[in-house]
Amino acid sequence: MANVENCVIIGASHAAVQLMISLRQLGWRGSITVISDDPNMPYHKPPLSKAYLSGETTDEQLALRAAPVYEKLDVTFKLGETVAKIDRDGKSVVLASGEQISYAKLALCTGARVRPLPAPGTNLAGVHYLRTMDDVKGIKKSMETSKNAVIIGGGYIGLETAASLKKLGINVTVLEAEARLLQRVATEQVSSFFRRLHEEEGVEILRNTQASKLVGSEKLEKVFCSDGREIKADLAIIGIGVIPNTELAENAGLETDNGILVDEFAKTSDPDIVAAGDCTNHPSKIAGKNIRLESVPNATEQAKAAAASICGTPKEYNELPWFWSDQFDVKLQIAGLNEGYTDTVVRGDIENGRSFSVFYLKNDKLIAADCVNNLKDFMFTKKLILQDQVIDKAALSDETVELKSLLT
Amino acid sequence: MPTIKYIEFNGTEHEVDVMSGTTVMQAALDNMIEGIVGECGGSCVCSTCHCMVDPAWTHITGEVNSEENDLLDIVDEREETSRLSCQIKVTDEMDGLVVRLPESQY
Repeated sequence: MANVENCVIIGASHAAVQLMISLRQLGWRGSITVISDDPNMPYHKPPLSKAYLSGETTDEQLALRAAPVYEKLDVTFKLGETVAKIDRDGKSVVLASGEQISYAKLALCTGARVRPLPAPGTNLAGVHYLRTMDDVKGIKKSMETSKNAVIIGGGYIGLETAASLKKLGINVTVLEAEARLLQRVATEQVSSFFRRLHEEEGVEILRNTQASKLVGSEKLEKVFCSDGREIKADLAIIGIGVIPNTELAENAGLETDNGILVDEFAKTSDPDIVAAGDCTNHPSKIAGKNIRLESVPNATEQAKAAAASICGTPKEYNELPWFWSDQFDVKLQIAGLNEGYTDTVVRGDIENGRSFSVFYLKNDKLIAADCVNNLKDFMFTKKLILQDQVIDKAALSDETVELKSLLT
Repeated sequence: MPTIKYIEFNGTEHEVDVMSGTTVMQAALDNMIEGIVGECGGSCVCSTCHCMVDPAWTHITGEVNSEENDLLDIVDEREETSRLSCQIKVTDEMDGLVVRLPESQY
């Protein structure tokens, strides 16, 4: 084995799995070693706050790939192990256990971790974060005896979790520190829609307030809010964003800036080290600047580029970003990035309905859309954005005009 | 364990044993069959797991559901028996199922 080249992958989620598959498809003959602090075999992340939390998806169905796949790929897993440091001069990684693993190529798929809530009481039983499979197992255990849940954070994770719990008959209150839900990621119109949706479904939404203290003797009993309110709760789930895991890269002297800096080929500032997924900050031609994305399509597509770089057949990563979220009977799909939009067009009844699209335009060109229960609009929007041409706003807003007819 | 045959656009055939309960999409991913992407992981939001069911099997694989129908509407190569493979749950009855894959999922 000594003279076989080893590719070490740190992390074992969506990017890592795509990377190992692409490596083999592109002819990587060396060994592949995957190291992750998560003790579970790779699993789908998006269902965690949705179908897995609500019990519709089993552990087996959550698996990213069936076990025999990894045998075929001839991958060695070191799960439940933490990497202490990367030694770039010696081309090896050192585990917390002291074990040293040498690499010819290294891939950082370190992902992101939850942002901690700066309030006392987060160690109480019944208080959880939601990022990993084990987090959700813990939540499910707490749920068996809980009646009143407080969701701290009104972003996508918080709202998806609120919907999943409400569907199971638990009383749910969502605390949002900002003036509106999804403040960081959605526009006012879309935020208002999600507030209406949750209120119609019986979720209580409190805005402009945050959890200042979680209290209980052993188990959570009450959440104190910054506006003086006290909420009785036996379950709290914190979803206030994530922080990219860049420390290993940073300590190894790789360039970082809100993520590990990579080029369009997923290469870091070290030619033998690539990075992919939520942990990277990468150039986007579509956005016209560097971006960091938290999404599965980004992880898998960037991982393909990373594998291509490792195998010496570079392939540029330049995909249109897209995202989705499921809450109650609503399927939201987002195409593109709306930052810098100068105009919006609504198609459908956003005030009273549950099926519509909001289009974002910049200089009369379509740059993004939020599509609610509107799969067809979403798919055509992706094509229309890439078309990059001035678009007829009246036609966009007119539901009798098929978006297909706007394609040239 | 049912056996499914996937035929790629270029004619390459893959016959694989599949567990009942999984989906035709997941089984393709688990056997590294190129031609099925499954970008969204089987949530019925992306249409990158398009396949054409052999006409002899459509009475067993069932009808297209409404969300799936919307997504298939925009697929360039939609055919009479087109399905999203994430929406076909494998049963014992599907032993011998044949699906063809399109040239591209994009």
